[in-house]
Amino acid sequence: MIGFRFGRTAIAILMVATSLGAGAQEVRLDVWPTDRANDLAALQRGARTFANYCLNCHAASLMRWNRLQDIGLDDKQIKADLIFGNQRVTDTMTVSMNSHDAKIWFGKAPPDLSVIVRARNTVEHAGTDYVYTLLRGFYRDRSALTGWNNVVYPNIAMPNIFWEQQGARETTLTRVEYQDVPPADGKGPPRERLVQTISHFDASGNVVVNRTELDQGAAGISYGFKPVDAAAAQAVDAEVADLVAYLNWMSEPTAQTRRRIGVLAIGFLVIFIGVGRWLNSVFWRDIR
Amino acid sequence: MGLHATQYRGLLGWIDARMPSLMTAYRTHMSEYYAPKNFNVWYFFGSFALMVLVIQFVSGILLAMHYKPDSTLAFWSVEFIMREVSGGWFIRYMHSTGASFFFIVVYLHMFRGLLYGSYRKPRELVWVIGALIFLALMAESFFGYLLPWGQMSFWGAQVIINLFSSIPAIGDWLSTWIRGDYVVGDATLNRFFSLHIIAVPLALLALVVAHIFALHDVGSNNPDGVEIKDHTDAKGRPLDGIPFHPYYTVHDLYGMGFLFMAYCAVLFFAPELGGVFLEGNNFIPADPFQTPQHIAPLWYFTPYYSILRATTAEFMLWLAGGTAVLALLVCLRVRGIWAWLAVAGVAAIAIVLMIVPMVKLDPKLWGVMMMGLSVTVFAALPWLDQSPVKSIRYRPFWHRIVIGVFVVAFVILGYLGINPPTPVRTMVAQVCAGLYFGFFFLMPWWSRMGTFKPVPDRVKFKAH
Repeated sequence: MIGFRFGRTAIAILMVATSLGAGAQEVRLDVWPTDRANDLAALQRGARTFANYCLNCHAASLMRWNRLQDIGLDDKQIKADLIFGNQRVTDTMTVSMNSHDAKIWFGKAPPDLSVIVRARNTVEHAGTDYVYTLLRGFYRDRSALTGWNNVVYPNIAMPNIFWEQQGARETTLTRVEYQDVPPADGKGPPRERLVQTISHFDASGNVVVNRTELDQGAAGISYGFKPVDAAAAQAVDAEVADLVAYLNWMSEPTAQTRRRIGVLAIGFLVIFIGVGRWLNSVFWRDIR
Repeated sequence: MGLHATQYRGLLGWIDARMPSLMTAYRTHMSEYYAPKNFNVWYFFGSFALMVLVIQFVSGILLAMHYKPDSTLAFWSVEFIMREVSGGWFIRYMHSTGASFFFIVVYLHMFRGLLYGSYRKPRELVWVIGALIFLALMAESFFGYLLPWGQMSFWGAQVIINLFSSIPAIGDWLSTWIRGDYVVGDATLNRFFSLHIIAVPLALLALVVAHIFALHDVGSNNPDGVEIKDHTDAKGRPLDGIPFHPYYTVHDLYGMGFLFMAYCAVLFFAPELGGVFLEGNNFIPADPFQTPQHIAPLWYFTPYYSILRATTAEFMLWLAGGTAVLALLVCLRVRGIWAWLAVAGVAAIAIVLMIVPMVKLDPKLWGVMMMGLSVTVFAALPWLDQSPVKSIRYRPFWHRIVIGVFVVAFVILGYLGINPPTPVRTMVAQVCAGLYFGFFFLMPWWSRMGTFKPVPDRVKFKAH
């Protein structure tokens, strides 16, 4: 126990020591409700949202339509409710928008979403939390190319897909960071000061920026939304949570099979170790 | 020429009469190879390493049946294996988890050698071959990591190959030659595939065989560090030795259960291990036009990568100072004017190339050399360790602390290498790099200091 506690303390000291002066600041990510991961109804709702909203610009070219059988849909349902074009259920989820056009329209080709949740996994955060926060983190910003900006992914090329359901929102972005500030009397070299920048975006994306110098505080970025229709915004939160459940499932459709076989494998190994232990003791009995 | 007089019956007798070397090998390496009876848990890791090698060969052969070494197809073929090949996800995770486990097992295997002085006379060659295996293993995993053709594969390879371009005069030519192109591309992928599945595995296999042959010629060390061959019975069998088969085969079989338990726990429940075994960025196809914000090699390379990054322009003065101190210490040890001149001369040239303006080499090049040194310095352990006893059990207690500090420094270097550098982190890495090299290069001095306990005549063993 002592060793364990010491180890944790050592790691904590190490983390604190090495995070001093850390560079890039990230917003704190919301936690995606993980109970939806294996919830078939949530996955099916997510698949519908995916087919309706995402699968026009983004492809999931590794994902075969009939793989959706794994989340409880049959071929008829897939064909009737989810496939809009003339694709077959054995085709993969491709889109007709080509990347050349996409680059002209958005400045960047939308990434393939087949494994996007896994791609957004890092040592620090889960890909599901990232995508969940990103999709709910759009705000109106007149200076952005599409009129939309994002708290997680500044200057994102993608517009807010859920704006109709979500309704208008006001946004406050607070950024605290060290900046070189020229002294008040204009004499001498600029000094490094902690500066708080509060940007308030109204529902149409007009911004009012407020800068103040702080004497103390921690660097970081935070944000807040004020929806006009709170119920609508909450409904979108739930819809996005389902969508992320689907994206998470699609990133590794075999995950559940993997865990199920894992339980069997561990069970087998427990028996294996028991037999091995017995065999070992029988053989070693005569070694003195 | 007649048949060999065989002691076996039936089919085995028929074979033995015609090819006696088969059963000779069996006796030499299994039934009549006498291993000390007092092996502890640390002695599992050699056979574990062999097991992981087999896992990697089998899963690798299966992967190569579906993988496409083509820069436009490679990424998708890996995901194809994950989704469309039946059991493909299992094969792929076997291989990716196996790669990390190979290093875990090998690091623990090497640490065992450090604890019990397994590299000391007469086992120097066993150890040196082992150090070569370690290098081959690093080459193998480096080549293999490019194959999934994700962002981290691509940029990791780019960074490492670019290290060669810091070599003066031939550097740029050399790195282009390695890539087969001006950037990492299809040519690079194809040659890395070839090296990964043919050249390096062959070398690895040959080295492993040599490692085991060399070991079985001199016999295994043990936790007490005493030579069991010093006490033999009338037939020349060590009194404290027991036949490898069946005793250690059943013993290792039992141990394998625990290896597979850990391996399966990762494989089935956390194949990415939170982004440490499989990095998120590597699920994005390689894009030569988009550099990731943060490029890090896989965890088993990060201690050395940290040493590379720690060698900054500001660090050169410290490096020069360390070299000077070391040269002074060596001069105090060697006798003869020529030896002194040689040591002082080499040190002086190195120091000049480190700090004197106009002639000093790029710190990046020194970083590459330090990194190279950090992975090869293990091979020198048989000669660096001057302790009068082999095993840690009979060395002064504070030697354990020294080894502990080394392990902590190694782990911190590894942790820092995964993360992007900051000024504070770089300073921590520099201190740890100092501890890392200090551990090895000051070993001839510290390893003989202190009060040593008397080494017993025979091994200590409690019956099960």
